Amino acid sequence: MSDGAALLRLAGIHTHIGRYHILHGVDLAVRRGRLTMLLGRNGAGKTTTLRTIMGLWRRSAGEIDFDGRPIGDLETPDIARLGIAYVPETMGIFAQLTVRENLLLATGPQGFDEAQLEAVLALFPALREKWHNAAGSLSGGQKQMLAISRAIIEPRRLLIVDEPTKGLAPAVIQLLIDAFLRLKQSATTILLVEQNFHVARSVGDDVAVMDDGRIVHTGAMADLAADETLQRHLLGLSLASHQ
Amino acid sequence: MNGALLRFRAGDWGAYAILPVMALATLPAMSFSTWLTLTVAGIAMGMMLFLMAAGLTLIFGLMQVFTFAHGAFITLGAYLAVSVVAVMAGWSAAESWWLNLAVLAAALLVALVASGAAGYVFERVIIRRVYGAHLRQILITVGGLIIAEQLVVALWGANPLPLPKPASLRGSIILGGAAIEKYRILAASLGLLAYAGLHLLLNRTRVGLLVRAGVENLEMVEALGYRIRRLFIGVFVIGTALAGIGGVMWAFYQELVTRSIGGDMTILIFIILIIGGLGSIGGCVTAAVLVGLVTNYVGFLAPKLALGSTIVLMMAILLWRPRGLFPVGAR
Repeated sequence: MSDGAALLRLAGIHTHIGRYHILHGVDLAVRRGRLTMLLGRNGAGKTTTLRTIMGLWRRSAGEIDFDGRPIGDLETPDIARLGIAYVPETMGIFAQLTVRENLLLATGPQGFDEAQLEAVLALFPALREKWHNAAGSLSGGQKQMLAISRAIIEPRRLLIVDEPTKGLAPAVIQLLIDAFLRLKQSATTILLVEQNFHVARSVGDDVAVMDDGRIVHTGAMADLAADETLQRHLLGLSLASHQ
Repeated sequence: MNGALLRFRAGDWGAYAILPVMALATLPAMSFSTWLTLTVAGIAMGMMLFLMAAGLTLIFGLMQVFTFAHGAFITLGAYLAVSVVAVMAGWSAAESWWLNLAVLAAALLVALVASGAAGYVFERVIIRRVYGAHLRQILITVGGLIIAEQLVVALWGANPLPLPKPASLRGSIILGGAAIEKYRILAASLGLLAYAGLHLLLNRTRVGLLVRAGVENLEMVEALGYRIRRLFIGVFVIGTALAGIGGVMWAFYQELVTRSIGGDMTILIFIILIIGGLGSIGGCVTAAVLVGLVTNYVGFLAPKLALGSTIVLMMAILLWRPRGLFPVGAR
């Protein structure tokens, strides 16, 4: 995977959490306008990688560049203001705020752009019905829809999403797959961590596989999806079992 | 509470009902006029406690800061009231509502500005160094309270200072056969005004939305691009300014100002925060009035139990709702 058109580039990233050394020199390129899957077993370092990109955990070595600009020393709000939206594994919704208030927080001082809001609500119509409900009262799938909607309610240059389908019903997962496919049509650059290989195969353009705090494979998602031996080797699974 | 800090949730009906249930349960034990007097006194006391505690619940809810120095800002407000009344003694003694209210307004304004400014300095110089370190927060803010009390001694002297209410605010009005102190009505009104102001700030402004979100999940607020530290400073200034005006109202209520007037309130304020649910303004006002009512009812019915009544109340509430009446967020 050439990183010539990379919007985001990580080079030799090490991250320590307390006395634990979690990332051991991560090299990763997220290409502009592509959906890059970040795969790996539990504990491989995927979430730590995303949090390190967002400045929520500080790297101890290495470089992070966004659109050619080093961002490794920036504070989280400054990183977000570059146009990077982050949806954590926990979704990060504000349970006691309404759906409207959750989305409003992600807009600029001028508030909602009506056209953008309509586009988001068209993507996830269930949110329109829950507009004035507390986000905490939503179902798990609706919360994830809200979390993703909040990330795209303003135009973003990079969308980072951590395990959006975790614990969701198949019907909701399909809805999220459709949403990511439509986001791809708008040329949004996306970095997506996912455990569900079916989802990864359905939406991914590029793939990077992590193991023990390192990137151990990069390439085209289609190639990995077609190579069951490689899947077994990298992820300990077979595609057939995730159809 | 549909929203974070102020609006009530349907599932919290038991918590809403506690105030009327508490008030009505004591009615058979006394005459109606006595009950009315005690109830108004309890509400007034509660609203003054709310003024003192509201800022701290916001500070704790948003910033997770245990500041035992909150009492210092109450003390500052109380002593500034003494100084303002000394300067405006003629207006305070005059038999004129307008002149008397002008004295009170001036004291409140001076305390609001000075306590807010002192809060700004305190946050910048001390609190910012101990974010996330609870033990150090406790130690350094207890130290801050001690230093503040000594500064008070240096500026105003060690002896307690009298603070008579302005002339028109003394005495009572008769309502339903009960004598209701004028000052208590004023204190309750001011507390309600502060509550309404906080309600509007938190529910109708972008800053309020950020505070409510920050109470739930600071990290996510930062990930949305907001510099939470600036919000911290603003909330700390508002919190200490409220403590200052709470100190003014409490000092006029007591009519005597001592260097420990704020420190003496600290435990009671923490009890209110715990009963209400840390970080909840709606919980804070409910708990403050509850404490005010219990203090007055128990003080009348069983004076020997008055001292421990608020502790018993807190224990009972926590057994029923371990995170307080109106818990906020998951933190």
